[in-house]
Amino acid sequence: MNAIDAKKATGIGASVPRKEDFRFITGNGHYTDDICRPGQAYACFVRSPYAHATVDDIDFADALAAPGVILVLTGKDVAADGLGGLICGWLVHSKDGSPMKTGAHPVLALTHVRYVGDHVAVVIAETAAQARDAAELVDVSYGELASVTAVSGAQAPDAPQVHPEAPRNTCFEWELGDKAATEAAFNNAAKVVSLDIANNRLIPNAMEPRAAVGEYDKGTGVYTLYTTSQNPHVARLVLSAFVGVAPENKLRVIAPDVGGGFGSKIFIYSEETVCVWASKKVGRPVKWIADRSESFVSDAHGRDHQTHAELALDANGKMLGLRVKTKANLGAYLQLFSASVPTYLYATLLSGQYDLPAIYCEVDGVLTHTAPVDAYRGAGRPEATFVIERLVETAARELGEDPAEFRRKNFIRKFPHQTPVIMAYDVGDYEASLNEACRMIDYANFPQRRREAEARGMRRGIGFSAYIEACGIAPSAAVGSLGAGVGLWESAEVRVNPTGSVEVLTGAHSHGQGHETTFAQLVSDRLGIPIESVEIVHGDTDKVQFGMGTYGSRSGAVGMSAIQVALDKVIAKARKIAAHVLEAGEGDIVFENGHFTVAGTDRGLAFAELALQAYTGHKFPTSEIEPGLKETSFYDPTNFTFPAGTHIAEVEIDPGTGVVKVIKFVAVDDFGNIINPMIVEGQVHGGVAQGIGQALLENAVYDPDTGQLLSGSFMDYCMPRADDLPSFDVGVTVTAAPSNPLGLKGCGEAGAIGAPPAIINAITDALGVRDIAMPVTPERAWRAANGL
Amino acid sequence: MTVVAMQVNGKQVSADVEPRTLLVHYLRENLQLTGTHVGCDTSQCGACVVHVDGKAVKSCTVLAMQAAGALVRTIEGLADGDKLHPVQEAFKEHHGLQCGFCTPGMIMTAVDMLRRIPKPDETTIRHELEGNFCRCTGYHNIVKAIKAASEVL
Ligand code: FES
Ligand code: FES
Repeated sequence: MNAIDAKKATGIGASVPRKEDFRFITGNGHYTDDICRPGQAYACFVRSPYAHATVDDIDFADALAAPGVILVLTGKDVAADGLGGLICGWLVHSKDGSPMKTGAHPVLALTHVRYVGDHVAVVIAETAAQARDAAELVDVSYGELASVTAVSGAQAPDAPQVHPEAPRNTCFEWELGDKAATEAAFNNAAKVVSLDIANNRLIPNAMEPRAAVGEYDKGTGVYTLYTTSQNPHVARLVLSAFVGVAPENKLRVIAPDVGGGFGSKIFIYSEETVCVWASKKVGRPVKWIADRSESFVSDAHGRDHQTHAELALDANGKMLGLRVKTKANLGAYLQLFSASVPTYLYATLLSGQYDLPAIYCEVDGVLTHTAPVDAYRGAGRPEATFVIERLVETAARELGEDPAEFRRKNFIRKFPHQTPVIMAYDVGDYEASLNEACRMIDYANFPQRRREAEARGMRRGIGFSAYIEACGIAPSAAVGSLGAGVGLWESAEVRVNPTGSVEVLTGAHSHGQGHETTFAQLVSDRLGIPIESVEIVHGDTDKVQFGMGTYGSRSGAVGMSAIQVALDKVIAKARKIAAHVLEAGEGDIVFENGHFTVAGTDRGLAFAELALQAYTGHKFPTSEIEPGLKETSFYDPTNFTFPAGTHIAEVEIDPGTGVVKVIKFVAVDDFGNIINPMIVEGQVHGGVAQGIGQALLENAVYDPDTGQLLSGSFMDYCMPRADDLPSFDVGVTVTAAPSNPLGLKGCGEAGAIGAPPAIINAITDALGVRDIAMPVTPERAWRAANGL
Repeated sequence: MTVVAMQVNGKQVSADVEPRTLLVHYLRENLQLTGTHVGCDTSQCGACVVHVDGKAVKSCTVLAMQAAGALVRTIEGLADGDKLHPVQEAFKEHHGLQCGFCTPGMIMTAVDMLRRIPKPDETTIRHELEGNFCRCTGYHNIVKAIKAASEVL
């Protein structure tokens, strides 16, 4: 293959098979549970069986005497060692200007437990089974207290209190938008459509449970933590700067192969903190692996909003204003993004794809005796999309308008577009996606398909969802002004080896996204070298200079842009060296298809030859140009990116059984430019599956009286299986993002954002009902179908 | 403790384990065959599927002792030397994996499925996968990969 064909096969825009697949399909991946350090001991956590209780006494004498037990640690030991609490990375303020209110989040409970699964003590033993056996011997005297698990009622003056620091369990009462302008819009409205909307609580359930191995090297004083993290550098920063387990320069965090994250592996949890801390105490590596049952009770949950939303329309069906009041369940403690998810990642997207002159949104962040709620795939944006797309569909139906036409009429058409809720949409073509989705699903012939289904005794419906999201998070100064504790740039380092092969060290972390392939495609394309010569290194704080990690569909738009900038620097330096080696002016050097040539001549150097020249330093003045070829960048985006598209679902419901079958699901997305279409489609498939899961199957349920998690296993929490889902029809439209050098927008969350309202709109259409609660179980659908 | 011996991936192996040791832990901890994963504690996810005497089995649901003397095959033993099994090839070709955690179990399940049902249609494949969770792929490309593998097997 010549260089040009090679570029076509593996460069930007090619569906290159993944470089990472070989190790996974042959069983040679290295997940945290596969790591086995010499002499490692095992940790098992004693967890609260109560939603709310005082911890009066912990008697662990029997546990300590049990076979194989090395050490038992409690909150008192944590306090004695002066460790800080776990942190939230985002500070939001209430309407009255006061900062959000919450209590401390101890690594191990000191006086109180605040949710079922809260960490009380840890037993460290020779084997995992011994640690578990002994944990059952730890005798904790609890004083059970009343609990509250749902937002409704949690803010009553007499409700059980989660933290004394947060009266009425209210962490914040936040607002966004222009209240007066929105009131005026409603006063002038010809029609107001309102809905009460519940966004059901979800449990992310990455297939790899969380895990950690902490190790202390007595000789150097260096700690190493292997952990299931989406953001190892952030973990190191938090563990050193806030928790104080080890100084940053004495802590190495490695996130090896990670089996999915979806937001649940962003936070720096108690368990990994304890593994690092305890490894010094026991003088041996300490390993902890979550049972799935532990994942259910202690991983960050997602969503859980109660919302009242109203849309004001004029006599022609043009949108005038949107008013939203949301109560967001935060759980018992704030995690890294907990405060931003229901505020800045939510209300800022309430304009959807629509030209909405006035928006006002109020959000109460409510603390409850449940597992912490944090980012889960989409994080705030699915909740916003669900609100707007349910309202829009309902409005179209009540006005007797075609739902596609009604959306078209209200679409934003001029860019840039400043919404009333902070975001400045830079580019998009919403009608293009809508039209393509309508074509792909054959919208024109839907009435015929419905009649045909009716003849079979089935109810068929179609539902639209025209979503938008803000990705590529995010410009550092912008998020700083909104309360983020860190900047959200990304870093990259491009190391060209003397032989011309290249290592790229990225601060993004791949846990299924395929960065080892897509990032290598970019490098191969830009440098004109074979993709096999490119190695992507990530997930190790000792190797990668720094990184903010992977979440919020940011790794393409921000992480790859950082690589692109570093590549620019590499090429710029290489050109200078080439000019000396080829004895030509720098301006005459052309770099194309992996060759530096002197324009108009046949004199040239292949990339690998240039690399060797850079390292020998024989043919250029090293007083002017340093030897070597390695460049870094810290890239800060100039704006969010705004992926958008239209998803359409077609469902059939059997009124006799209530079973909802998704017959067809079309997703047409505008992700800007695309590096690897195969991988992008895969991201859409996975996101849509999680969105359909939310709409039809998944629900995290706490018992209102006892605060027990009722859906605490795969027997009770209904994960989508292969036969719950259809094959998906995925299409794209493209408007390149102007805010980053590659024109990428991000694709990881779109499916989970777009799918739920499409499904619910299709179900309500099929059943002819105004609303139905997620998840639409057969029971709910059957009741609705039969007017019960 | 008790000595449990079996044949794994063509090799005779034995280890001294607690009687309560599950086959999956025997494989992972005692034999360091970490390709077989543990994704749940209720026999629901299928990340742990291996073949015991030629049949797909959830290795988290079998005691190592129950597999004593059996012929066990794990994901590590599926390829023929450097030559990948057609199901492995198909998963790579059709992007049937993302994070890779469910993948060994999926592949072992698929191999067993195609042994029993050589030419399954999409509905059958989806039904046959009911014991395996994947949280990443939405199953679309897994189904596609199994279909493709069935055509070359
Ligand atoms: S580990 Fe989940 S079924 Fe075996
Ligand atoms: S590829 Fe991640 S769970 Fe299947």
